[in-house]
Amino acid sequence: MRTSYLRGLTVLGLLLMLAALYMIFVYVPTEATMGAVQRIFYFHVPLAWLAFMAFFIVFICSVVYLVMRNPKWDLVASSSAEIGVIFTSLFLISGSLWAKPIWGVWWIWEPRLTAALVLWIIYIAYLLVRSYVQNKEQGARLAAVVGIAGFVDVPVVALAVALWRTDHPSPVIFEGGLAPSMLYTLLVCITAFSVLFLVLLLLKLANKDIESEIKQIYKQLI
Amino acid sequence: MAFWRKVLAITRKDIISEFRAREIIGLVLVFVLLVILIFNFAFGAANEVISKTAPGMLWVTFAFAGVLSLNRAFIMEKEEGCLEGLMVAPISRDIIYAGKMLSCLVFLLVVEVIALPIFAFLFNLNVFSGEILVITLLSTVGFVACGTLFSALAVKTRARELVLPVLFLPIVIPVIICAVKATGLAMEGKSWTDITNWLLIIGSFDLIFLVISFWVFSFIIEE
Repeated sequence: MRTSYLRGLTVLGLLLMLAALYMIFVYVPTEATMGAVQRIFYFHVPLAWLAFMAFFIVFICSVVYLVMRNPKWDLVASSSAEIGVIFTSLFLISGSLWAKPIWGVWWIWEPRLTAALVLWIIYIAYLLVRSYVQNKEQGARLAAVVGIAGFVDVPVVALAVALWRTDHPSPVIFEGGLAPSMLYTLLVCITAFSVLFLVLLLLKLANKDIESEIKQIYKQLI
Repeated sequence: MAFWRKVLAITRKDIISEFRAREIIGLVLVFVLLVILIFNFAFGAANEVISKTAPGMLWVTFAFAGVLSLNRAFIMEKEEGCLEGLMVAPISRDIIYAGKMLSCLVFLLVVEVIALPIFAFLFNLNVFSGEILVITLLSTVGFVACGTLFSALAVKTRARELVLPVLFLPIVIPVIICAVKATGLAMEGKSWTDITNWLLIIGSFDLIFLVISFWVFSFIIEE
């Protein structure tokens, strides 16, 4: 049941990804000022949104875990954090690739970049904490606390860095500055990446199930 | 009332033990002096350089001093088995948090009150204004509000004192940003209206982390 569900989602994700690739490279027109490199946008933005989504899931699951103490929630939180960190790394890298030809440098200390970097470090710490604790249940509890503290910190970080560097271009997506064809492409990309995220999350959960099963068998053997 | 009496009992215990063992404040002060000395070598002492880098130096120093003293706060408890004693006492866990947080606040404030004049003396800076006092107080509350939580968390891990800075520093980045900016403005002689925005962010950080820590602290120290 679970595997057939997963297989269906994977196929859907694949089809959506192909559609996204078609739209990015064939359908959508080249942006006037930035040229072809602007096409990174359609990868960059979905990655960023989903990374944020992943950390939101970490936050919710951490709160629920602390209240209910069901290890299932901790598994979802840690799996989501792992994918979130990978997506954050990817959007930092894709952002750098985009920045080089446009701004002439790989990195600028612009608010959203800085906030993303801080976020990345916080969730790497989240993943690290667990490995420094012997007791699994205790590790889950400590990680949940970091997951909560890290997430409530995000708006404060965003505010502080925004005030720190006020000279940045604001995102054009919400101001209607995006041409319809670009918006459609972006929406398809976001859907494709959301399905990818879901597939990865389910795979990771299945993976952890098998992991604990193997540990159980191993314990029985010795 | 009873709540604060218990909280203050814990704070008092920490202060008495600090008076007798002299573990934290003295060492942290020497550390602060060393950091100032190293900054002096790193950036030089030219006037125009100092006026630009002073706020940054000040807050990097305080952040590191904070990590150092916050680390001691719970390692001390852990080494002598005091934490178990506190936990079997008939008090709720948030009282332990509040008590430890207050004593950390007192220690760090004492360090800052001594370090600020030294800083002003060595670099010829004007740091004695109401603005800088308020900035320092608010930021220090933010430091210890989340630092006490992570200090308790760090002693539960194998790497102990290494874990605290890795968790604590990225989380307090907003406080450091705001404190540096606001201190810079205050040193330039700007008025309150120019720094209110910064103070508001630090204040909201303080509030958020006091509330969150109060709630989650019990999850950290339970065995």
